[in-house]
Amino acid sequence: MTPEAEVYRRFEDRAAKQLRKTQLPLILGKATDSREVRRRETFAGFDLPALRDAAEAVRAHTMANLDTYLDRFAERAEAKGTKVFFAATGPEAVDYIRKVVADRGARLVAKGKSMAAEEIELNPALEADGVQVVETDLGEHIVQVGHEPPSHITAPAVHMTRRDIAQLLAGHYGRTLPPEPEALTAFARGVLREAFLRAEVGISGVNFAVAETGSLSLVTNEGNGRMVTSLPPVHVAIMGMERIVPSFRELELLYPMLVASAIGRAVSTYLSLINGPRLPGEIDGPDELHVVVLDNGRSRILGGEFRSILHCIRCGACQNVCPVYRQVGGHAYGAVYAGPVGAVLTPLLVGFEKAGDLPHASSLCGACTEVCPVKIPLHEHLLGLRREVAKAQRPTGEVLMFRTWAMAWRKPGRFLLFARLSRLGQRLFARRGRIRKAPFPLSRWTKGRDMSPVAGRTFRERWRRGLRKGGA
Amino acid sequence: MGPRRVSLFVTCLVDLLYPEVGEATVALLRDLDVEVDFPPSQTCCGQPAFNSGFEGDARRVAAGLLDAMEQAEAVVSPSGSCTAMVRSYYPHLFHGTADESRARALSAKTFELSEFVVGELGVESLGGAWEGRVTYHDSCHGLRELGLSGQGRSLLRGIERLELVEMAWPDRCCGFGGTFSLRLPDVASAMADEKMAQADATGADVMVTGDSGCLMHLAGRANRSGSKARPMHLAMLLAEARGLAPVKPAR
Repeated sequence: MTPEAEVYRRFEDRAAKQLRKTQLPLILGKATDSREVRRRETFAGFDLPALRDAAEAVRAHTMANLDTYLDRFAERAEAKGTKVFFAATGPEAVDYIRKVVADRGARLVAKGKSMAAEEIELNPALEADGVQVVETDLGEHIVQVGHEPPSHITAPAVHMTRRDIAQLLAGHYGRTLPPEPEALTAFARGVLREAFLRAEVGISGVNFAVAETGSLSLVTNEGNGRMVTSLPPVHVAIMGMERIVPSFRELELLYPMLVASAIGRAVSTYLSLINGPRLPGEIDGPDELHVVVLDNGRSRILGGEFRSILHCIRCGACQNVCPVYRQVGGHAYGAVYAGPVGAVLTPLLVGFEKAGDLPHASSLCGACTEVCPVKIPLHEHLLGLRREVAKAQRPTGEVLMFRTWAMAWRKPGRFLLFARLSRLGQRLFARRGRIRKAPFPLSRWTKGRDMSPVAGRTFRERWRRGLRKGGA
Repeated sequence: MGPRRVSLFVTCLVDLLYPEVGEATVALLRDLDVEVDFPPSQTCCGQPAFNSGFEGDARRVAAGLLDAMEQAEAVVSPSGSCTAMVRSYYPHLFHGTADESRARALSAKTFELSEFVVGELGVESLGGAWEGRVTYHDSCHGLRELGLSGQGRSLLRGIERLELVEMAWPDRCCGFGGTFSLRLPDVASAMADEKMAQADATGADVMVTGDSGCLMHLAGRANRSGSKARPMHLAMLLAEARGLAPVKPAR
């Protein structure tokens, strides 16, 4: 995990730290671009706008009837012997899982990938109880060994090269490892196999819970999800309360939308469907299955303007195309959810005091909105959140600045006066038609870029001087 | 054939920093027999405050544009971003105010330059000649809010001796983003570097874009980083190719 002190500093500071890693944009660029290229290729030949409309409609319908579907899911799951626990907060969810683990006397937990578990900081809590938690998704395992949080929703170690990874694993396990993906995977498989076999509890996330049948679905490419949910005698699945679909009919649409958007393939290597604990006569599966349904602020979001952020199916496509994310990586966001979706979700989950600057970590280019498979208007949410943050925080400097700006620019006479004063003022700074160093706040501009000075004659002055009549 | 009389919304950036882009726009439109008027009470679309979350201040400035363009038959602007502000966001900005219907009216009659020439006038080529290799940067708001991308390229293809080449990711943000470039200058500069590197990789002499914001940011950065491709406004290149305006570089 990121040290506590680092979690909620300003985005700009964290981004600066990431920008010093000169190789990072190259690493991120290569990984995210190839995913985006494959995403486009995979959807080519399909009527993507129609698919997105349909997927959006499913998510909107599900959220509008969430209480019904959650009740149905719980009822049907419990009928098959699954225990369903509704956790209002992160700590409630953590305590429930700690108790399940303690009741088994478990010392080792094998864990599959779960953003919800990251969100409630489950691993540190279990570790404080003396339980060893082994992340079994390869990417998650790598960042766990490196004591880092995941930096991408579907590619946790996307910020690292295979050389970094080989070095990290070699150091941790006291081996020499070549920086070859095959060798690294083979080594990890050996380590993880042991964890699967020895763990008393397996913890997984959930991609979609199916209300009609009380089933869980899990999308993985490494097969670790299937191991975690079937080998240990106890399986605990944790899901955000929005991670639900009415029936298999909707899963049939959302599953390929998720996979194609996440990795640019038509299908994932594994799709696990879990219907409950092992029944008498069945040969495998856990004795106990617990599903923790996490609210942790989601009900509040559901009731507000930004509710459609709960439509997110965690594909990470918005991160792949975000030009800000691609420069600074997930760790700059200082939160579990990075990139555009994180910049919307995090302030809503943890509050504006802690994360009110995240909605500004975007150029509002709209690339995120364009790729979102469920049509969340991400950049419009970022804009809306900026408005809410400005309302809630009333930052004095900015309030004054924009008030003054509006006073000056709402009248053409004042606007022209502004131009003339700027022309006078810039004499101190402009050299050969460029300003290389300007006073605050424009020093923020000239930090990395030359500034264009106000022209000797503005357009409106040129218009008056004859352009109006057809001259130039 | 589209409107033959338009009002120019020149935008604050062009007015103050790049008046030659405004002149080129006027020259191009007149060359197409379009009568151009400049309502002098206009200043800015209000986007800087709007994108920072200060809607009240944005409305104060934007209301001035509603007044200025009240009588206009159609409004043309050499900016995808400012056009998108008016078209996509004014209805929202003035929602529930006394100005809502005026905002909707302006939203419906405002066009970006290449959009107006190709879409409204039905002119896909302006002809002319320009020697050199050009790459086209899709500015974000033009591309994603207005759905532009073919118009500018079509006009460039109509120019003799001009070679149009594509960057790896022409649709990726250059890092300007309005106040974003002041809030996170280092991230914005890193984004510009990637954009300019992609432009340079095409061997282009010029990177053309339809927005002065992108231009200001990219040219300002290129001055420091020494990129080869020169950022240039679409209107400037079109006018130069037609021999309509003496063109100076943006930097």
